[in-house]
Amino acid sequence: MRNFFRGFGAIFYKEVLHVRRDPATLFFSLVIPLLQMVVLGFGIDTNIRQINTVVYNADDRRESRELLDRLKNSDTFHIVRYVQNDGDLNDAIIAGKARVGIKIPVDYSDHLLHNMSAQVLVLIDGSDSSVAGQAINVTTAIGLDESLRRVLQDRASFAVDMRPKLLFNPDSRSPNFFLPGLTAILLLNVTTFLTAFSIVREKERGTLEQLFVTPVRPMGLLFGKLLPYLVIGFSELTLILTFMRFVFQVPIHGNVLVLAFLSLPYLFVSLSIGILVSSKANSQSEAIQLAFLTFLPSIFFSGYIFPRETMPLIFYVISYFIPASYYINITRGIILRGAGLSHLWLDGLALYAMGSVLLLIAARRFQNKVIMA
Amino acid sequence: MGATPQMNGEVAISAEHLVRRFGNFTAVNDVSFRVQKGEIFGFLGPNGSGKTTVIKMLTGLLPLSGGRAYVEGLDVRTDSEAVRERIGYMSQNFSLYYDLTVTENLQFYGRIYSLEPARLKRRIDEIVQLNGLEPYLNRLAAQLSGGWKQRLALGCAMLHEPKLLFLDEPTAGIDPVARRQLWDLLFELSGHGITFFVTTHYMDEAERCSHVAYIYYGKLIADGTPNSLRELPDVQPPGTQRVEITTPEVTRALRFARHLPGIRSATIFGQSIHALIEDRFNLDDLREQLLKNGIAVTEIRPLAPSLEDVFVELTYKHQAMLEAARA
Repeated sequence: MRNFFRGFGAIFYKEVLHVRRDPATLFFSLVIPLLQMVVLGFGIDTNIRQINTVVYNADDRRESRELLDRLKNSDTFHIVRYVQNDGDLNDAIIAGKARVGIKIPVDYSDHLLHNMSAQVLVLIDGSDSSVAGQAINVTTAIGLDESLRRVLQDRASFAVDMRPKLLFNPDSRSPNFFLPGLTAILLLNVTTFLTAFSIVREKERGTLEQLFVTPVRPMGLLFGKLLPYLVIGFSELTLILTFMRFVFQVPIHGNVLVLAFLSLPYLFVSLSIGILVSSKANSQSEAIQLAFLTFLPSIFFSGYIFPRETMPLIFYVISYFIPASYYINITRGIILRGAGLSHLWLDGLALYAMGSVLLLIAARRFQNKVIMA
Repeated sequence: MGATPQMNGEVAISAEHLVRRFGNFTAVNDVSFRVQKGEIFGFLGPNGSGKTTVIKMLTGLLPLSGGRAYVEGLDVRTDSEAVRERIGYMSQNFSLYYDLTVTENLQFYGRIYSLEPARLKRRIDEIVQLNGLEPYLNRLAAQLSGGWKQRLALGCAMLHEPKLLFLDEPTAGIDPVARRQLWDLLFELSGHGITFFVTTHYMDEAERCSHVAYIYYGKLIADGTPNSLRELPDVQPPGTQRVEITTPEVTRALRFARHLPGIRSATIFGQSIHALIEDRFNLDDLREQLLKNGIAVTEIRPLAPSLEDVFVELTYKHQAMLEAARA
């Protein structure tokens, strides 16, 4: 067994020297993810607020102004301009100055006073579906509410009273949603690149070929290269969690040790992908392109940005084969929902299975492609 | 002297009908040779003719498509790990870790060969002494000049005291002084019984080898000591002699000489022409003919064929044979 991993110690020590000799790479591989966290944590807010709105109030009496105040107070609309004709209303939307145009007809107040149905035209720029959806929801809700108030007159209670309560992220804070998912993407990113680079660099230099003329065994070489980057991956995870907790104030409800235990197979997955990339790529630029190719499905089909459940069936099926899908469920589960092993064991098992299979494939390819290249 | 395959003695490398194909392309075609222990075996051939492929097959980097190869008595196909313990290999691009120091490079390769610490320390001291690396021990490999890189690479390849060293173009791109020093070192080590398998482009290096072989597009077309090759009938056909004609007008002289009956071949070498002439052709006659045509002649003298002459003749012969086979 010792012989099977021959050369492990020498390679491991050498990799550590490489990392120490090049602190810039280490620094950037640890700090750039933190910058990405800052951008996504502070910069992106999935809650749609303050949509630019243009108003053509042809009525301009008390009732119509009350309606506009209600729209403004919803925090969803931000009135940027008042116009005096239909043409200007349209142009403002076409020019992109506003996403929503609201036209209150000249007879709005009259209709209300005579208990007739008063119509309000809401033009919505449909090019951004989430903005459009929010605009539709809020305007219809306000319309419905306004109507009910008029029908019920003296504020009698509603027949059905829905009381929604947000669990786990009561303020709907975006960092709480984004950062646990981002952890999965960043870990994948860093470990895949570092492993792929460390092998491709040796290919370029010719030192890999040299190693194969020595008695070092493929498994010794493979694990000697993997383990230092596994350590870096764990440091990265610790750094991300620390940042998430204390800078972005995302509370961690679950057990960090369980998270660490379930991160191990995920890191092995990323490292194995790094080896697979290096077995195909002959230069560092090729490695970058290939690595990005593997990142894209992890970003789009893992549920990191778009919920997996709403994907077309084929992509939903694909998402089951993406390790990040499971890991994101684990990070969100532990960090946000306080889940434990009893809730997440299936995801953990899936990752351990994927990690073992990928590592085996990577080792085989490494032996066949890299050695015989 | 001589190192023909028939010679007895201890064999370091025995290649028997080696074949290596890449798809439809046959890079190494039925190549056989033997290298005796303690020899400096020079393996020559144009770029892309299969030199590196043969090295990779002998060192276990490439599987054989056909034939057998024994290194230090071990079959490379079945005993490749044991083979790797016994050989050293220095590739064309000096496979060093540029971001590690000289000492760290040596230590790394020593550990790879599982030398125990005491032996590793002793070997590093010996190698540093032998290669004169003391002043550079703490320098990064990247900061060494080509000659020093090559010495360090050689040092790394021989830490584990291999009895057989493969050097793939060890002198490509290094300065002449470093080149000379490397060869002095090879002779010294060879004196201690180490066998060298060296590929090179330099004919002067080939002349220094105790045994040379020439591979031409996958086919081995020469194999023997430099002297035995010079005496091959293909190189020096009976009834001919090789002469050197020194003249200030080499190009004109060459054009003229090529048309003279009795001159088999002629090639320019600097300020002179090397020609293979038939014995019936008197040297004085040749001089007279040249002078008559207004070509000044400084000197004409008999010449032993150089290894370059040998390889040129053998290549022509081989090409003629291929064309005949095609026709």
